[in-house]
Amino acid sequence: MSAKTADFEIRNLCASVEGKPILQGVSLKINKGENHALMGPNGSGKSTLANVIMGHPAYEVTGGDILFHGQNIVELEPEERARLGLFLAFQYPVAIPGVTVAKFLKTAVDAVRGVQNVKPAEFMKELRENSEYLEVDKAFLNRFMNDGFSGGEKKRMEILQMLMLKPGIAIMDETDSGLDIDALKIVSKGVNRLVGPAFGLLVITHYERILNYIKPDHLHILMQGRVVLSGGPELVKELEQKGYDWVREKFGEEVLVV
Amino acid sequence: MSEKSAEQVLADSEYKYGFVTDVEADTIPMGLNEDIIRMLSEKKGEPEWMLEWRLKAYRRWLKMKEPRWANLDFPPIDFQALRYYSAPKKRAEAEIDPELQKTFERLGIPLHERNRLEGVAVDAVFDSVSVATTHKEMLKEKGVIFCSFSEAIREHPDLVKKYMGTVVPYTDNFYAALNAAVFSDGSFCYIPKGVRCPIELSTYFRINAMETGQFERTLIVAEDDSYVSYLEGCTAPLRDRNQLHAAVVELIAMDNAQIKYATVQNWYAGDKEGKGGIYNFVTKRGHCRGRHSKISWTQVEAGSAITWKYPGCVLEGDHSVGEFYSVALTNNKMQADTGTKMIHIGNHTRSTIVSKGISAGESNNTYRSLLQILPDAKHCRNHTQCDSMLIGPLCKANTFPNIEAENGSAVLEHEATTSRISEEQLFYLKCRGIKEEDAVSLVVNGFCKEVLKQLPLEFAVEAIKLLEMKLDKSVG
Ligand SMILES: Nc1ncnc2c1ncn2[C@@H]1O[C@H](COP(=O)(O)OP(=O)(O)OP(=O)(O)O)[C@@H](O)[C@H]1O
Ligand SMILES: [Mg+2]
Repeated sequence: MSAKTADFEIRNLCASVEGKPILQGVSLKINKGENHALMGPNGSGKSTLANVIMGHPAYEVTGGDILFHGQNIVELEPEERARLGLFLAFQYPVAIPGVTVAKFLKTAVDAVRGVQNVKPAEFMKELRENSEYLEVDKAFLNRFMNDGFSGGEKKRMEILQMLMLKPGIAIMDETDSGLDIDALKIVSKGVNRLVGPAFGLLVITHYERILNYIKPDHLHILMQGRVVLSGGPELVKELEQKGYDWVREKFGEEVLVV
Repeated sequence: MSEKSAEQVLADSEYKYGFVTDVEADTIPMGLNEDIIRMLSEKKGEPEWMLEWRLKAYRRWLKMKEPRWANLDFPPIDFQALRYYSAPKKRAEAEIDPELQKTFERLGIPLHERNRLEGVAVDAVFDSVSVATTHKEMLKEKGVIFCSFSEAIREHPDLVKKYMGTVVPYTDNFYAALNAAVFSDGSFCYIPKGVRCPIELSTYFRINAMETGQFERTLIVAEDDSYVSYLEGCTAPLRDRNQLHAAVVELIAMDNAQIKYATVQNWYAGDKEGKGGIYNFVTKRGHCRGRHSKISWTQVEAGSAITWKYPGCVLEGDHSVGEFYSVALTNNKMQADTGTKMIHIGNHTRSTIVSKGISAGESNNTYRSLLQILPDAKHCRNHTQCDSMLIGPLCKANTFPNIEAENGSAVLEHEATTSRISEEQLFYLKCRGIKEEDAVSLVVNGFCKEVLKQLPLEFAVEAIKLLEMKLDKSVG
């Protein structure tokens, strides 16, 4: 373990909802330039972790730290975290009726980059360009945000937002679920556009498929609110073949210790 | 005097139109009786027939009871403790008092020909009188009459006699009768046959004087095949006593005529504890007399301590169309009981109702409507969309949609929703860097979209700013 603090680091994070503990000491380090994958059975706490990282008000952090560029962000509002360069692509994106995609994104881009930084013309150019890259039809920009969008369309919209907001650290919560094969390729192509030395990524997924397109350097397995196993990309194959049981067997004791 | 200084009150509220203009006023004594009405009529130099009408209305009013069926809670109003006329003095015909000019400029309504608003003719009403009307000459060339109501009584008595009180008779209700007795000014528009009014017409109402009620009356007549779009805006200073505003608006549309009437109401709403603010009791009704005529009401109600208002349409001409688009926002201790009446008399008449109620703080927001299909009205249609949004745990929203359909051929659709701004929506927006207030106003603007898009662009922008200002600090 190097002494240098990572760009993004979660230390022994514990969180509960309505008094029920969900995260029970999660630790994770993500540096920019790295791709991480997070897998784990349903209900193991992956989305909870993502929500807690962004500061969802329903979850109470009962212990541990979240450090971004060395700064503890546990007390910050979600919008402040977003402005520091954190991004979450939601597992279930929310509809905002009456607010067009273009208007939504302009508001978000202004907020994250600092108001007045982006001229409308430049913004539109960038938006059009990113939309084309993700093969999002122009008509979508004038539709209301996620209102009546199909599951796949919503996911693509999350990645469009990510491309526009250019975060330093992004979490993608099951972006691949609900995407058809072509859409998955397109979305991955979009994500890879950001991949580079200024971008760290945590991909939450149940399937190997997306990891063939977005190659992870590290894989973590979350069970019962804890990272029970971390390893290299070779772990993916093993999981795909054997499922989670062998992890349970191997680490069962540890996992069950409360 | 129990009045707080305007600045002090301003400091604890967000209402930026709360200043007072220091002008010498020409007033009449407080109280209400036949002598007061005679005095008022004389001050205005009115003809005998006008005075007679006022007195008839007054005598009727005396026999009427203040309506208490609305979902509003306020102490009895002492009608003798009000002043029924207050006009700024020093008014030579051609010149506008510089103080007044400054006032309206501060309100964003320049009156001087030099920098008046492009594309909008403005009638500026200050307390009881109209102080200026812009773009008059240009309108005259088209044959459009746009002037203060007082001027119309003087210059166009036949038109006034023919139409005044035919849509909202003084017998209509308590406040309409009161208005008929004491109304002091307002706007009059007449669009001749076949004329499409080339610019927006608007009236800006300003209450300035203390303890003075504002009772304006507006009458718009659109002859066959004509078109007019009319806007109305209102503000008042911050006062810790309640003030009464009881207006009447009558619209008449003949064959193929179209009238669009938009209001952005931002009367002072009182402070956070519910002290002060305007009591807004308004009767607005449009009469689609002609075939294929159309009347659209659009309102953004964001002010007043109390709003009692149901702009409606009487759809008499076959194939006539009535529309009502409304955003009613209440915050703090505000109360609104508002909605519409659509009365289908003619065949194939259609109406659309879109109501968006937003309640925040401890406010109470009621939607009330009457949809009536008369027995002989065949093949009528109505679509009603009535949505309420709640912000915070202490506010209330109610809806009372009444339907009386007496002809089986009617097709009526009613949709209603109530939603709270959800935590998930706010979290989603905040995760995109948008701070809570902006997130709320984005959601609210989205919610009101259908209504706001009915407004002319500059007005829509104003309305959005107004909603944002009103919601500021209402969350969290
Ligand atoms: N807001 C909440 N209220 C109550 N329980 C919650 C809430 N959020 C999460 N939980 C519970 O916490 C546990 C973890 O849920 P979470 O959504 O984090 O799982 P997940 O790993 O993302 O699962 P999946 O793979 O199905 O998406 C579950 O038992 C879930 O029911
Ligand atoms: Mg999940």
